[in-house]
Amino acid sequence: MLQYAIRRILGALPIAFITITVCFIIMRAAPGGPFDGERPLPPVVLANVRAYYHLDKSLIEQYFIYVGGVLRGDFGPSMSSYDHSVSELLAIGLPYTLTLGFSAFVIATFIGIVAGMVAAVNQNRWPDYLLVLVVMIGVIIPNFLMASILQLVFGVYLQWLPAGGWRAGEITSLVLPVTVLAWPHAARISRLMRGSMIEVLGTNYIRTARSKGIGQRLILARHAIKPALIPVVSYLGPGLSYLLTGSLVVEQVFGLPGIGRYFINAALNRDYGLVLGTTILYVILILILNLIVDMIYAWLDPKVRYR
Amino acid sequence: MAGITGKDAILTEYAEQLARGADAPKGRSLSRDALRRLLRNRAAMVSIFVLVAIVVIAFVAPAFMPWQPRQVDWSAFRSPPNADTLHYLGTDQNGRDLLARLLQGTQMSIIVAIVATFVSVTIGILYGAIAGYMGGRVDAIMMRFVDMMYALPYILFVIILVVIFGRKPILLFIGIGAIEWLTMARIVRGQTLSLKEKEFVEAARASGVRPLSIILRHIVPNLTGPVVIYATLTIPEIIITESFLSYLGLGVQEPQTSLGTLISDGAGVFEVMPWLLVPPAVVLVLMLLALTYIGDGLRDALDPKDR
Repeated sequence: MLQYAIRRILGALPIAFITITVCFIIMRAAPGGPFDGERPLPPVVLANVRAYYHLDKSLIEQYFIYVGGVLRGDFGPSMSSYDHSVSELLAIGLPYTLTLGFSAFVIATFIGIVAGMVAAVNQNRWPDYLLVLVVMIGVIIPNFLMASILQLVFGVYLQWLPAGGWRAGEITSLVLPVTVLAWPHAARISRLMRGSMIEVLGTNYIRTARSKGIGQRLILARHAIKPALIPVVSYLGPGLSYLLTGSLVVEQVFGLPGIGRYFINAALNRDYGLVLGTTILYVILILILNLIVDMIYAWLDPKVRYR
Repeated sequence: MAGITGKDAILTEYAEQLARGADAPKGRSLSRDALRRLLRNRAAMVSIFVLVAIVVIAFVAPAFMPWQPRQVDWSAFRSPPNADTLHYLGTDQNGRDLLARLLQGTQMSIIVAIVATFVSVTIGILYGAIAGYMGGRVDAIMMRFVDMMYALPYILFVIILVVIFGRKPILLFIGIGAIEWLTMARIVRGQTLSLKEKEFVEAARASGVRPLSIILRHIVPNLTGPVVIYATLTIPEIIITESFLSYLGLGVQEPQTSLGTLISDGAGVFEVMPWLLVPPAVVLVLMLLALTYIGDGLRDALDPKDR
């Protein structure tokens, strides 16, 4: 297990490295520098500023400085907000994004697994059909539309929940964003879980367990869940990046101050430093979470460890 | 003399038929079988009808519209649907006819979907077929790369490309197409692995055909079934991605419009002008629903073992 973990970590390092390199190249290939304003700066000031940001060095040197900075958690200056460095901005936004994403991920995974199991056990009866409907809604309606609809219904017309804002992390202000984020994720998971559960329930060893007179609940808990979870867990990795894509929209629509919002605003303002810093942070986050998912996968399916 | 059961009569008739050569009993081919299954799938047939209707209306109707998408009606700003002024779906804040803009937006979304799907399918087929056919180490490296890409939030890279190189539609097509090929590559590789063991490929190899020609002439044509299915399932994803980007203000730009742009514009003013949000949302959801049902129907029809 430990060996497998080390192998996966070594496999993930090049991806992080390639991402940083590609980001750096794109940033430097982009037309226009951060100090090309309407009014040209006096040459002395410009030289000073360029020296401060290492722009007077060769590209290779700049690259090593940037990589070194990233390794120490320093993503360089932000070009749109002069008072903060990219790292400071990310540090401000990260807790919000993590709270939002983590709640949505946990809730969606749990609901998806349970719903898929219930549907599989009640195959072709009303819980199953209900699930198909709910899944369809989650997969078909794009998250930005869903966000607007829920906002209007619960925030504006019924006034049950706040239509936006963070409000110091009150649970009510999290309900709608988490719902929007979690719904499609839960939908995909429940569909996978239903399929694999039906398959597992049809296997010989489950029939053997039944013939020994073991009750339904014990069969599900002891024998069926673990193998049925394998396809679900293998989806969690790609599912994370779906969730992240969703959080870009959700933060924007509900006005939450997370890094997704920084990313979009930075993209609209052409703040290259912030865009690339956010991207690298996202990629590193996803790689770490994927490693965790891989560990769970290896625990569930012993075959994986020895591949 | 005719027997009591009339067997002789039937046999005679059958013999005559055979002699005429007409109506000879035909073996049912696979594709005909598939078509029959598809025709019997009511949801898929209705969906095909809906989709064709949307496409035809989006491309034909603008020729007959009383208002042009960019034309400003100075006498009707923010007008609700009104048949007397020929604004059947009302006008927006700038006095532009929503129906005309909706048709243009639908057109744009369809064009993006088709071009991007073409790009993604081409990349996916070539990548998957080469990996599957080459096998061994090449295959391992190529598929490991796909695994890695799966985990990355490529939407961020599209956004970066769009930010840095400007919001040109062509870039949007290629960018979206270039991120949606992973699943296609996996499926094609799987199919290729089994195809390359077939006798006709062996025959081609024995007669000295070069690998690239074998892939293009002998393997790719045999992939039609799965490719069609997954292309159909890719289109809705691409439509969602495009409208997602447009919703965030990073996709199609004014005066051009797309369903995502229209929804974004409409969502902000829904409380005062609900007629701006409902029609584009309905068209988008209808299209996604229809495409999903067609994709599922095709999969059931062409790949019965997957049911």
